[in-house]
Amino acid sequence: MTAIMTAPARSAAVEADHLAALESEAVHIIREVIAEFERPVLLFSGGKDSAVLLHLALCAVYPAPLPLPLLHVDTGHNFPEVISYRDRRVLELGLRLHVAAVQDWIDDGRLTERPDGTRNPLQTVPLLDTINEHRFDAVLGGARRDEDRARAKERIVSLRDAFGGWDPRRQRPELWNLYNGRHSAGEHVRVFPLSNWTELDVWRYIARRDIPVPSIYYAHQREVFARDGMWLTAGTWGGPRRGERVVLKSVRYRTVGDTSCTGAVESTAATLEEVLAEVAASRITERGATRADDRLSEAAMEDRKREGYF
Amino acid sequence: MTSLLRLTTAGSVDDGKSTLVGRLLHDTQSIMTDQLAAVEQATRARGGDLPDLALFTDGLRAEREQGITIDAAYRYFATPTRKFVLADCPGHVQYTRNTVCGASTAELAVILVDARQGLVEQTRRHLAVMAFLRVPHLVLAVNKMDLVNFDEPTFRRIESEFAAAAGALGVPDLVAVPVSALHGDNVAVASRRTQWYRGPTLLEHLEAVPTGRAAVAEPMRFPVQLVLRPRTAEHPDYRGLAGRVASGVLEVGHEVIALPSGGRSTVVGIDTPDGPMSCAAAGQSVTVLLSDEIDVGRGEVLARPEQAPRVVTELDADLCWLADHPLRAGARVLVKHGTRTVRAVVTELTGRLDLRTLRHTAPPAALELNEIGVARIRLAQPLAVDSYATDRHTGGFLVIDAADGNTLAAGLVG
Repeated sequence: MTAIMTAPARSAAVEADHLAALESEAVHIIREVIAEFERPVLLFSGGKDSAVLLHLALCAVYPAPLPLPLLHVDTGHNFPEVISYRDRRVLELGLRLHVAAVQDWIDDGRLTERPDGTRNPLQTVPLLDTINEHRFDAVLGGARRDEDRARAKERIVSLRDAFGGWDPRRQRPELWNLYNGRHSAGEHVRVFPLSNWTELDVWRYIARRDIPVPSIYYAHQREVFARDGMWLTAGTWGGPRRGERVVLKSVRYRTVGDTSCTGAVESTAATLEEVLAEVAASRITERGATRADDRLSEAAMEDRKREGYF
Repeated sequence: MTSLLRLTTAGSVDDGKSTLVGRLLHDTQSIMTDQLAAVEQATRARGGDLPDLALFTDGLRAEREQGITIDAAYRYFATPTRKFVLADCPGHVQYTRNTVCGASTAELAVILVDARQGLVEQTRRHLAVMAFLRVPHLVLAVNKMDLVNFDEPTFRRIESEFAAAAGALGVPDLVAVPVSALHGDNVAVASRRTQWYRGPTLLEHLEAVPTGRAAVAEPMRFPVQLVLRPRTAEHPDYRGLAGRVASGVLEVGHEVIALPSGGRSTVVGIDTPDGPMSCAAAGQSVTVLLSDEIDVGRGEVLARPEQAPRVVTELDADLCWLADHPLRAGARVLVKHGTRTVRAVVTELTGRLDLRTLRHTAPPAALELNEIGVARIRLAQPLAVDSYATDRHTGGFLVIDAADGNTLAAGLVG
């Protein structure tokens, strides 16, 4: 009994600050997934949240190799810096990556290009097709509850029906740290180990663990044009239109998604410390600042999630 | 360095709970300008005037259309010293079900009472659920004080009635705060309209409540999640037990017993990606290295031999029934406890819990949604358990429908 009362034991208990607590929670969740599911997969877009999620997954099995592949749904309109970051990480870490390219679905007629050129809503079908094709039964994602009102109602382990749909009114109760991932054939679960993290937590953790992220998260000079109150970057997806003037600005990205709907924020934060200070002082949410897809309606995210979006 | 506090809220219909949560978020600058603009726009669209802070937390389409909160939502706010994870549980629809979920992980619960109404039946139920799940810290927020002219006797009357009820249920820590969520009195800012109140504001109290568990005083429990065997050139013989310390402190040099199998060994290392540690406390995810190659895998719990959990094949437990269809004796289910899931039969319903008194009444024929009963459960394989009363972190389990996989009940080992 007395051995338990030694000094190091107490210091270990005291040293657990909130980031350490979030880290331990996420590692616990990821280990549950690896232990209980036959074919888990980790969604890796190259964004900061998936970079943190990948880091935590590697921690969860350290020093063993990661026993699951990565999956990226590529709209074809991604930032080249992010795609090269994605491929570099996969190579460095010796991981397996599945890419579901929206373009393939458009080419063979399973999807039709939208008149507005944005491909963000088109990601759902390739995601569900790929989950079915590989019979993935657990899909780890980096979504956080602070991102959106509908996500705030999401469970950590969340059942999806055979059509990938989310029914917010039929969610399972989630108690203690016991996660019920049971599902029938054809169903799968989405698992969100970063549920309790905020944008600021993610950046603080990136700083603490020295996790590499794509360069576009830091301020850089970029040709952008204004649309719907956002600074969009020129690209093959169809911008700028006639009358939209391109200007050179110092910007960075707070979120990374499809170039057609991801806006840059004016910023001079070129270092991790500067980004941390900027995020801490920000009075606008990252999605409000940078994502056109969430401005459609009060329940835009809920509607997309019901259809199987991540 | 900032700590983390998990809390939950409970209130009856129209107690102003969503407004209080909105107020906490607003006054800690946790609502961003675009979120506030969206709330203001939605308020105007519904013909309102003051920004309806409830619209900030009611996230689902049906909630906003019906003006009610349906499902538990998680909210995040922070002060310079502490980060808060708030499980915001609706009070009226499936109240017990939602409250139980929020309370299961909470270290603190805020129970709201309308100053004009005082304690109502639902208040007593919420209080009982928090006591039942042994949430360590309770706060009574007497809301809408502005509507009773910040009258001290009104507050004191509600406070003493609630304290008496809480005392009878064995609640260890209770603080009562007079607030007006709508106007912000005593939420984050001390009210000038309650000069008679000397206690902390709600936020001051949330910042002051101790979060750290007295891990050194608890028996150590380490449920094994998975065995890590890299079999790489660098680590050809590595065999680590990955898991999260559920209770107490795990230390290098400790003799441990793995249960239910019974194998004994010694902890020779605690591994993390940051390097080895000499000890790990409750809540920390680590990897344990043992001196012998004993047969330990997922589902085993490591403990010190002199403080071992009970190994049982039959459980007497409180069940909080969360499913629409009732539970009857003879039901075949799955029990998920720690990292082990076993087949089980509910052999007998031996009582029902009266939530107002936390006393057991006569055995019911069936247990309905939101009811709490006592059941005897026979297990197909043994489990190593603690009583929920002695350990919140290892005494809880899920009852799962073996056919459709749904979670049927929250179980508390007796």
